[in-house]
Amino acid sequence: MSEALKGRSLWQDAWARLKQNRAAMFSLAYMALILLLCLAVPNITGHDFTAQYPAYTRVGPSLEAYPKAETLQGELQDVAKRARLEFKEWHQKDGRIFLTVASDKPVDERVTRYLDRSDSFKDAKVEEKSADGLTLVMSAAAKQKYFYFGTDALGRDLLTRVFMAGRVSLAVGLLAGFVAVVIGTIFGSVSGFLGGRTDEIMMRVVDILYALPFTLFVIMLVVFFGRNFMLMFIAIGAVLWLDMSRIVRGQTLSLKRQEYVQAAEALGVGAVGILRRHIIPNMLGPIVIYLTLLVPQVIILESFLSFLGLGVQEPMSSWGVEIAEGAANMEVAPYLLFIPTFFLSTTLFALNFIGDGLRDALDPKDR
Amino acid sequence: MTALLAISNLHVAFKTADGEVEAVKSANFTVAAGETVAIVGESGSGKSQSMMAVMGLLPKNGIAQGTASFGGQNLLALSKPELNAIRGRKITMIFQEPMTSLDPLYRIGDQLMEPLRAHSGLSAAEAWQRAIEVLGLVKIPDPERRMRSYPHELSGGQRQRVMIAMALANNPSLLIADEPTTALDVTIQAEILELLASLQKNLGMGLIFITHDLGIVKRIAHRVYVMRKGEVVEGGETARVFASPKHDYTKALLAAEPAGRKSPVPDTAPIVLEGQDIEVTFKSGGGLLGGAPMAITAVDHVSLALKQGQTIGIVGESGSGKSTLARALLRLAPARGRVVFMGRSIEALGKSAMRPLRKELQVVFQDPFGSLSPRLTAGQIVTEGLLVHEPGISAAGRDKRAIQAFEEVQIDPALRNRYPHEFSGGQRQRLAIARAIILKPKVLVLDEPTSALDRHVQKQILELLRSLQAAHGLSYLFISHDLAVVRAIADYILVMKDGKLVEQGSPDEVMASPKQAYTRRLMEAAFGH
Repeated sequence: MSEALKGRSLWQDAWARLKQNRAAMFSLAYMALILLLCLAVPNITGHDFTAQYPAYTRVGPSLEAYPKAETLQGELQDVAKRARLEFKEWHQKDGRIFLTVASDKPVDERVTRYLDRSDSFKDAKVEEKSADGLTLVMSAAAKQKYFYFGTDALGRDLLTRVFMAGRVSLAVGLLAGFVAVVIGTIFGSVSGFLGGRTDEIMMRVVDILYALPFTLFVIMLVVFFGRNFMLMFIAIGAVLWLDMSRIVRGQTLSLKRQEYVQAAEALGVGAVGILRRHIIPNMLGPIVIYLTLLVPQVIILESFLSFLGLGVQEPMSSWGVEIAEGAANMEVAPYLLFIPTFFLSTTLFALNFIGDGLRDALDPKDR
Repeated sequence: MTALLAISNLHVAFKTADGEVEAVKSANFTVAAGETVAIVGESGSGKSQSMMAVMGLLPKNGIAQGTASFGGQNLLALSKPELNAIRGRKITMIFQEPMTSLDPLYRIGDQLMEPLRAHSGLSAAEAWQRAIEVLGLVKIPDPERRMRSYPHELSGGQRQRVMIAMALANNPSLLIADEPTTALDVTIQAEILELLASLQKNLGMGLIFITHDLGIVKRIAHRVYVMRKGEVVEGGETARVFASPKHDYTKALLAAEPAGRKSPVPDTAPIVLEGQDIEVTFKSGGGLLGGAPMAITAVDHVSLALKQGQTIGIVGESGSGKSTLARALLRLAPARGRVVFMGRSIEALGKSAMRPLRKELQVVFQDPFGSLSPRLTAGQIVTEGLLVHEPGISAAGRDKRAIQAFEEVQIDPALRNRYPHEFSGGQRQRLAIARAIILKPKVLVLDEPTSALDRHVQKQILELLRSLQAAHGLSYLFISHDLAVVRAIADYILVMKDGKLVEQGSPDEVMASPKQAYTRRLMEAAFGH
């Protein structure tokens, strides 16, 4: 028996062509990076995405640690005020902050708690107490906190939140996109392959679903079932598989007239075998392309719903939610709008470039 | 004789992912005014690419080197605007596919007048006049009315005439015709060839005719170049090349005319497949809101009986119902009438009752590019039938059967993990045959199995079919528009026209005294005058 030679499939050809497309390869790398960041960043910033720092609401993006020297005085004054003490003086020495407070009654030593309770200080202790007990010197170490992207209106770290939101947006995009493609492919190929009356009925069902106004449909779902993450998938999935089923049906109609499908029929292959072995594999190219264009569409839709307040609920977040919050704080803290918008739009860009590249790679005769 | 177009040392290459592929290697051609030169070769020999290079029509990844001097200018070195002043005006081109080379959204008149107004700067009225003139030249009846027609209102032959008229409108000195008759029905091919020959003579232009068909070359060309794998292997006067070919390849091409005869089967041979009064009608339109559907009768009460070991050739133009008849006999198209297979009536069997019989009734299609699923390997394609009919076989067993089948159709079994696009046209047709015979059928329907192939590949496929028939006692239904092929392989011929059986008999009976004018036309198309 002779050794069988390896063939080169159309997929391998397409991959070779895709590798030559610089925009698509760059986008693929970028998507991989974003995916990695979304998975890793929220775990390593040291901030929980729900943690609020009332001392740092809407602080701008910075590479330096908080608290900053110029804000320390204000914070120490705040601490003194909260403890109903008179702020006398403060200075820094050996990396510790020394605060002198006074009162007209003897100062209780437990006031160090007020320092500890603040977001900026830890490890507070009493250094010195005057004989009459009316002035007290406390010292504390500054709690170093980094907010590279700044914080939002509730004092939450934007870096953590943006990538947490990215997880949600990408998950919704990929999952709802995938669900839409699976339903659409099965529905469309069955409808196209069976043809005749079945096809007519199945396509009229699609027409009816098309006629539902999307936003109204979502609002109704929210009214009846309450707000819930799964609802998003159902709402988006219920609408987006329609396009897919139309595309797949058209492809099936043209594929089913191909001679290799007729040949399979003549071999006695049943409907399931023909769909599985001949029609769906030959449709995968357009399906994959559509999927890459569908994912950004889903992300946009989710953002739109979240922007309207119908989507993901606090404290969870998505890029749409972040952008909506950013828009509300646009005048005072424009970075709250720009940072999530940057990630959303570059991701959509990259996905579209990948889709474009795939189309060129899978359909070389179109160029 | 001074050359109108002299191409020397032409190289054409394409940049692909696998590096540069040379399509034409240092080819030389000359054409004189008033001369018809044919370039013959098989698909992939570079005959079209060399002319595309001259016209500046190569795809983006194509590179052309060499010289192509026309009127003192090197066409390959001209800029795009300079080239546009020549192409479409002094050199024009017609293509193979008349169905797609006219824009379906514009009237014939508008499409004809556009190049006239662009190149010759005629006014609308003058262009209209000239367009009618050239339509008359290509013998389109009632040119005034045709000017207002849309392409879909014209037949294929008429569309090709319009394409020729467009090419002639600016009085070119050179016309390049790239397989202009290949897509047309055989009887119309002859008319178009005649038209081209007479136009060339009357207008005194040079004509380059690209074709794979030696019959056409013999009929119209003064000189001929034979191309193979990008090289011109032989060139010279047509009569000389045909009488004493020098190169082995030319000899092989000339010897590739289908030859041989099949002796009839004895009368006592059992009938395998019989069709009685087969009628197929197609409904078009209709549907939920479409109103009453239109019915078209594709096969009109045809009967035939196929005996064991027999080959019945079904001949006719496209649209004559020959393929539909075969599909009806295989129960792949809904039909009325009786179908008897091995003494058993099968016309009323349902899909699942038919399934075991599918093994016995196999089919091979025309298009070796379309009939193999591009995502499966050759081995998977060939063994697909085993999945249905012998589901008990293990993967290793299937592989073994695949190797046997590959050997039977003379393809190296080592290639069984390759994909269809990695095979040549002839090899693909062998794969399609392997897929059918792996089930050991009794009846094999061959639907134009050789029409998409080059002549000498065609000959090899016919040989293969003959040897398979002898080895397995197969019965063939051989469908073709080409009487030359059918005469070589069939021992009984049916001639079909418009769904009706117009003539039948043994090949010699039918050929010796064709009763129908239609049969005579088919004969002329197949064998020349």
